[in-house]
Amino acid sequence: MPLYHSEDQAMLADSASGFMADEGNIAKQLRHYRDGGCPDGFGHKLWHQMAEMGFTGMLVDEADGGLGMGHVEAGIVLEEIGRNLTPSPFLTSSVLAATALKHGSNDLKGRYLPGLVSGESVFAVAVDETAKHRPSRITTRAEKSGNGFKLTGAKSFVVQGASADMLVVAARTSGADDDEDGITLFAVPKDAANMSHDAVRLVDSSVASHTKFDGVELDGGAVIGDVDGGREVLNAMLAAGRIGTAAEGVGVARGAMDMTIDYIKQRKQFGQVIGEFQALQHRASHLYSEVEIARAVTIKAQQLLDEGAESADLMTSVAKAKVAKAAGLAVKEGVQMHGGIGMTDEYDIGLYMKRDRALQEFLGDAYFHANRVADMSGY
Amino acid sequence: MSDLENFRLETREWLEANCPAEMRKPVRDDDDVYWGGRRATFKNDAQKAWFEACRDKGYTVPAWPKAYGGAGLSAPEAKILRQEMAAIGARPPLSSFGIWMLGPALLKFGTEGQKQRFLNEIARGEIRWCQGYSEPGSGSDLVSMQTFGEDKGDHWQVNGQKIWTSYADHADWIFCLVRTDKDNKYKGITFMLFDMAGAGVSTKPILLISGNSPFCETFFDDVKVPKSYGEDCPGFVGEINRGWDVAKYLLGHEREMISGMGGGERTAAIGTAMKRHSAKTGDDLDPMLRTELAMFDVDALAFTAMAEKFMDEMKSGKGHPAQPNMMKYVGTELNKRRHELMMSVGGSRSLEWESEETRGGAPSRDWLRTKANSIEGGTSEVMLNVISKRILELPGA
Ligand SMILES: Cc1cc2nc3c(=O)[nH]c(=O)nc-3n(C[C@H](O)[C@H](O)[C@H](O)COP(=O)(O)OP(=O)(O)OC[C@H]3O[C@@H](n4cnc5c(N)ncnc54)[C@H](O)[C@@H]3O)c2cc1C
Repeated sequence: MPLYHSEDQAMLADSASGFMADEGNIAKQLRHYRDGGCPDGFGHKLWHQMAEMGFTGMLVDEADGGLGMGHVEAGIVLEEIGRNLTPSPFLTSSVLAATALKHGSNDLKGRYLPGLVSGESVFAVAVDETAKHRPSRITTRAEKSGNGFKLTGAKSFVVQGASADMLVVAARTSGADDDEDGITLFAVPKDAANMSHDAVRLVDSSVASHTKFDGVELDGGAVIGDVDGGREVLNAMLAAGRIGTAAEGVGVARGAMDMTIDYIKQRKQFGQVIGEFQALQHRASHLYSEVEIARAVTIKAQQLLDEGAESADLMTSVAKAKVAKAAGLAVKEGVQMHGGIGMTDEYDIGLYMKRDRALQEFLGDAYFHANRVADMSGY
Repeated sequence: MSDLENFRLETREWLEANCPAEMRKPVRDDDDVYWGGRRATFKNDAQKAWFEACRDKGYTVPAWPKAYGGAGLSAPEAKILRQEMAAIGARPPLSSFGIWMLGPALLKFGTEGQKQRFLNEIARGEIRWCQGYSEPGSGSDLVSMQTFGEDKGDHWQVNGQKIWTSYADHADWIFCLVRTDKDNKYKGITFMLFDMAGAGVSTKPILLISGNSPFCETFFDDVKVPKSYGEDCPGFVGEINRGWDVAKYLLGHEREMISGMGGGERTAAIGTAMKRHSAKTGDDLDPMLRTELAMFDVDALAFTAMAEKFMDEMKSGKGHPAQPNMMKYVGTELNKRRHELMMSVGGSRSLEWESEETRGGAPSRDWLRTKANSIEGGTSEVMLNVISKRILELPGA
């Protein structure tokens, strides 16, 4: 398979890019919901429009009413989401939760997938427990209780947790905190008793919760996959989410870079366009190279995941780390090369910097993933 | 089974049968790869067998047409061959500037007669070429070059000097930029081809900081360059006075080739090997060094994906024509970083310049050699200039 988009994928990219630029743009979405103090941090109307476009159920199997597409296609949409800084539940609902639900019972699929495909529902995932992504350690416990389970613990960085109709929660059903085995994934409905959210607005205007489970009663039907065998489902979900986050990061990087290069072609100082200064040209060209590479490895990892290749996990971590570095560079150079105007709220470049910071942390930062690359390579 | 899957299986079988075990070991020294030419010798029987098998199959230049000594492989087939060779660690059967540089230029600009003659000679490893571009006063600003060819009717009389001519002392022929119109900077250069054994050509090796002397000063003293080598076989490529177009096109291929040193499509991670190495010397991998290795491996593995994408896009005509400059910039900077890290892991052992354990100081000599990567074929700064101008379209670049 060649490492570029096929004709069908290029068509999808065209329509996704047109749609996001028209409907998901910064003024219409991010600024609108931020300035209005929207408690969800995103617009349900756009989510429905995304459903009409067929985006919400891209990764859902055709048998379940979705489009049965892969990570390359989801990545195309995410790149446009990144470029437009579009707040939406796509990453958490259509990528992470949808991947987890692939492993769920028919009953669970029937309960949740139609709402996802139609844009009625929004899902969240609750994995992290501390301020850093550390999924090897899971302390939230689900004790057997009658025919079901009783969930106790606390999660953080639950993006859109308080708005979600269902949360995918990783909990421990046996073993010690750091055990590989003994994890179970649960689909916890919005109205579950004894679940509470402390929703907090983040630097990028998205909303995430500290979510507490204080003896939440769940029946056996809430289990996604096998009891104690959830690590596999969790890993699949994380891989999908990480490569999705990388794709969105590529969009953020390209959006920030394009804006910056346009700017240095127009801004004049010392009687010349600042883009004529070689000091800026070299930095811009270096940035271009890094962003191109980040995009290439992201598409590579998407293809590998779609093929089910053994190296997919390694390349996903490579991509997540590489994108974090490249997008981080793009937003930092972006603000710097804009000068004073880059520091103003009115100008969009700062919004890219904020979103990038959140994406860097989500599902593991560059250090986490570089460390993972070393671990997986045996050093 | 699809044709391509079939091709992969056939290729795998063919490689299994024809690539000797010795030819699957990593390249350590310059002469581990066969460079061909009138004066070439084989290092060992395995090298000869591997070269001859590939030559007969067209695999020294797999994507060139069969008529010119290649195997006529399509882009996806050539990719499969590269992947299968990489999978068994097969060495290139033949390396040369003819393959990387002159060949692509002839395929694009050459006459049928030139292709028949020169491409076949290159593919069969018969003639070794060198590149006469740089001059003492003209490096990055190549177009300012002064070596002059005076028109003498059926030939030019060439006088001047080139410098940094890699392997000029081993080469049979030279492709050379010669000024043929002093009044026209860009449209006054002719891309000439001539025999280094001819009267008036002399070379003087230059010693590098690595202790090797792979390149030379090259002098032309009333050298006679024929305008024609026979029917449909001119002594120049493209048109007279329009050699700059050929020169630039060739540089694209040169940069693509040099970028491969950063890992190309090969697996480029080094952390694992470095850990094994330090375990052997009884050293622990310092945690900070491990971190640097991991950050490097992220960049290097990401670059392997970029290299694959770049090749796929170039072969399908989708890539930006200036993209080789980006590949060269990143690939060479990565390769320099790789060798800095290898020196750090090696510690004092890697300082040894002459010991048997280091095969004559290979770590330090290789490390020093990589510093040329971001100079040869156009410096990193020049690459960034070209990206600025041609890809980002920044003003005044
Ligand atoms: C190992 C090796 C092999 C080589 N083989 C060959 C060969 O086979 N044939 C051949 O013809 N040549 C060969 N070269 C020559 C090579 O192409 C030149 O060295 C190269 O183009 C740089 O030219 P220069 O050495 O004159 O440096 P200069 O052009 O003088 O550059 C000096 C410094 O100034 C910087 N600089 C120059 N111009 C600019 C600018 N516009 N903007 C910013 N910075 C700038 C450069 O980046 C560099 O850092 C080889 C060189 C090496 C090191």
